[in-house]
Amino acid sequence: MKSWLTTTDHKRIGLLYFWTAFAFFLIGGVEALIIRAQLAQPNGHVVSAETYNQLFTMHGTTMIFLALMPLSASFFNYIVPLQIGARDVAFPRLNAFSYWVFLLGGLFLNASWLVGPLFHAGMLNVAPDGGWFGYANLTERPFSPGPNIDFWVLGLQILGISSLAAGFNFIVTILNLRAPGMKLMRLPTFTWMTLVTQFLVITAFPVITVGLVFLMFDRFFGTHFYIHEAGATPLLWQHLFWLFGHPEVYILILPAMGIVSEVLPTFARKPLFGYTVVVYSGILIGFMGWGVWSHHMFAVGLGPIADSVFAATTMLIAVPTGVKIFNWVATLWGGDIRGTTALHFAVGFIAMFIIGGLSGVSHASPPADLQQTDTYYVVAHIHYVLFGGTIFGLFAGIYYWWPKMTGRMLSETLGKWHFWLQFVGMNLAFFPMHFIGLLGMPRRIYTYPPELGVAQLNLVSTVGAFLIGVSVLLFLYNLVRTRSRGQRAANDPWGGATLEWSIPSPPPVYNFSVIPTITSRLPRWHTERHKAMQDPPATPPAPIHVPGGSWWPLVAALGLPVMALALLTHTLWIVFAGVALLLFGIYRWAFEPFEV
Amino acid sequence: MTHAGTAHHTSMGLDSRKMAFWAFIGSECLLFGSLISTYLVYKGRSVVGPYPHDILNIPFTSVSTFDLLMSSLMMVLALAAVQRGDMKWGKIWLLATALLGLVFLGGQVIEFTEFVHKGLTISTNLFGCTFFVLTGTHGAHVAVGVLWLLTLFVRALQGKLERANAMTVEITGLYWHFVDVVWIVIFTVVYLIQ
Repeated sequence: MKSWLTTTDHKRIGLLYFWTAFAFFLIGGVEALIIRAQLAQPNGHVVSAETYNQLFTMHGTTMIFLALMPLSASFFNYIVPLQIGARDVAFPRLNAFSYWVFLLGGLFLNASWLVGPLFHAGMLNVAPDGGWFGYANLTERPFSPGPNIDFWVLGLQILGISSLAAGFNFIVTILNLRAPGMKLMRLPTFTWMTLVTQFLVITAFPVITVGLVFLMFDRFFGTHFYIHEAGATPLLWQHLFWLFGHPEVYILILPAMGIVSEVLPTFARKPLFGYTVVVYSGILIGFMGWGVWSHHMFAVGLGPIADSVFAATTMLIAVPTGVKIFNWVATLWGGDIRGTTALHFAVGFIAMFIIGGLSGVSHASPPADLQQTDTYYVVAHIHYVLFGGTIFGLFAGIYYWWPKMTGRMLSETLGKWHFWLQFVGMNLAFFPMHFIGLLGMPRRIYTYPPELGVAQLNLVSTVGAFLIGVSVLLFLYNLVRTRSRGQRAANDPWGGATLEWSIPSPPPVYNFSVIPTITSRLPRWHTERHKAMQDPPATPPAPIHVPGGSWWPLVAALGLPVMALALLTHTLWIVFAGVALLLFGIYRWAFEPFEV
Repeated sequence: MTHAGTAHHTSMGLDSRKMAFWAFIGSECLLFGSLISTYLVYKGRSVVGPYPHDILNIPFTSVSTFDLLMSSLMMVLALAAVQRGDMKWGKIWLLATALLGLVFLGGQVIEFTEFVHKGLTISTNLFGCTFFVLTGTHGAHVAVGVLWLLTLFVRALQGKLERANAMTVEITGLYWHFVDVVWIVIFTVVYLIQ
């Protein structure tokens, strides 16, 4: 127990990220199922309108910030140091700090479900209820007087700190801790996409932080950043939020693209088609992701010039994305394909992401977008890219790397069942939403009348959602089953080309007994021009220093929710307690002996 | 300060902590960029006074600005002293940098108090909101810097900061100069441009 609380080992932190994020994924999933139960038939009575508002807000917030981002982070943590031939990340304790801040931020947000009685309200009454993009001025105190939005605005600030700290850490890790010979253009594609993602994180998160700070000041200290009567404009929030929010879309999808770019070559037994182009497309997407944010705001009426510019940039960003899709298909073409579960999910990713991409291009046209804004069509789009895209990519990664992370193979039979159930379930759940939206059903309204004519489609969607639920339970069973009955994994169960497969599964605490020297992009494959590398010996020829654990990242991280609690309860002394805890943790951290 | 980071092999030949700090500074640029943009977008949109030209005391703040610029000079001297192993002057210049930072913070306290007396609080109008949050965020950065510098000073007094830790002082300097540069932008945008 103590060794987990104080761990600075990137592999353990990766597992902590995985299980924590997966737990939040289940919570967000249950929220989704309640939403779908409510919408299964017209004039549903499963939940009240107020509860419904909290459910869709927490579903979106949880899935994006507490499930998808940290599931990606679990692979950044576990896999990236292995892929570059490092023994850990550049700042192991900062890495532990990121995890604890994430955990505490997630608990803080979700505590809002239970602590209603402390605020003289019932349970299930004070969770955030302003939608996952929390538009001002709905989120201002006069319109949202309860603590609901306070939880949201404070929780997201805490989570932002976690992402930022991890961002600096992984940029330095990838740039500075590469094994000899691992040039930038020899980096595995997943590591490359991680690097691009982290640059997006460290540039996008400060912007939403400022937006959230303004909102916090409006709510707690009487400022008027989003208040029209004072001469301000609520549009400022929309700009700040989407300036963050669109890069965030790529923060969510680029890691999944990286995973797919690892899985396809392994199971097609072919190098990734056009590696250089895939890498540059990823970088280009990162840059262009900064120039499209106002396409989320076409309905605002920014004028023809702004609308045209953002329509054009949005359509342009489809180009590097399309390039990647063709590269993936070309990787499969003529390959010696093995139909593993991981490959199923990777191919499923390509197919589903294309559908999501196409509906995305239809949003890029302002006149079409005006018809789609705030309807279920948008809900269909976001779920095709984030569920069909990111989640499928992440599952591909889990099936691919689980043997490396635990030393046990997941059952392929259960895996196939999981894939097909999830594939059918997601299409049943989300495809009808395109029609539901175009037929005029608005999103975020807790019910609909039978006359709207969308009852059957909604029922189909609900059935699909529960099918996804079943598939995820099956997956959970598969995970738990590996603990006792999973087949033991060899160093390299798939015949992978990258460094993580050259060491035992799970890797020893020092990862590489000898740091390898890299001479090609596919170090473990024998190609026309390069011989396969020699795997490091099973026992280290010389003693290896492994950093010990530290309590101080956890102590420092605890200071942040304490500060948030102070604002929530309007109690000054708690602020000082939080700051003192944070400073105490940081000082002990800075001055403890810790050799990396 | 017991890190052995500098001794480690790095692929880019740049100290890892220093690289992390450059990334951090890049991130901070977006933070201050968003705050300054908001100030500019809301400039002239306050519906009640006091307005900026009623209240901003440019001569007073020019002195504060000069003080902060001088603190950057002290920081350069501190780093140079530590790098050549002259810990006596290293201590003096570190303390001088921190004290000038404290003087700047004192100036900000006086300025804020005066504004409140003249009727400008954080909730008076948009100018108040944007002004106090922007300069307050900057002031918080200066405060963190002062704390950091004083910590280094105490470590130096204890004999635990020496030539081998020059990288630590260099990184502190990176932060300090960055905070200084941000102030130059804020001073220009908020005070000088009418």
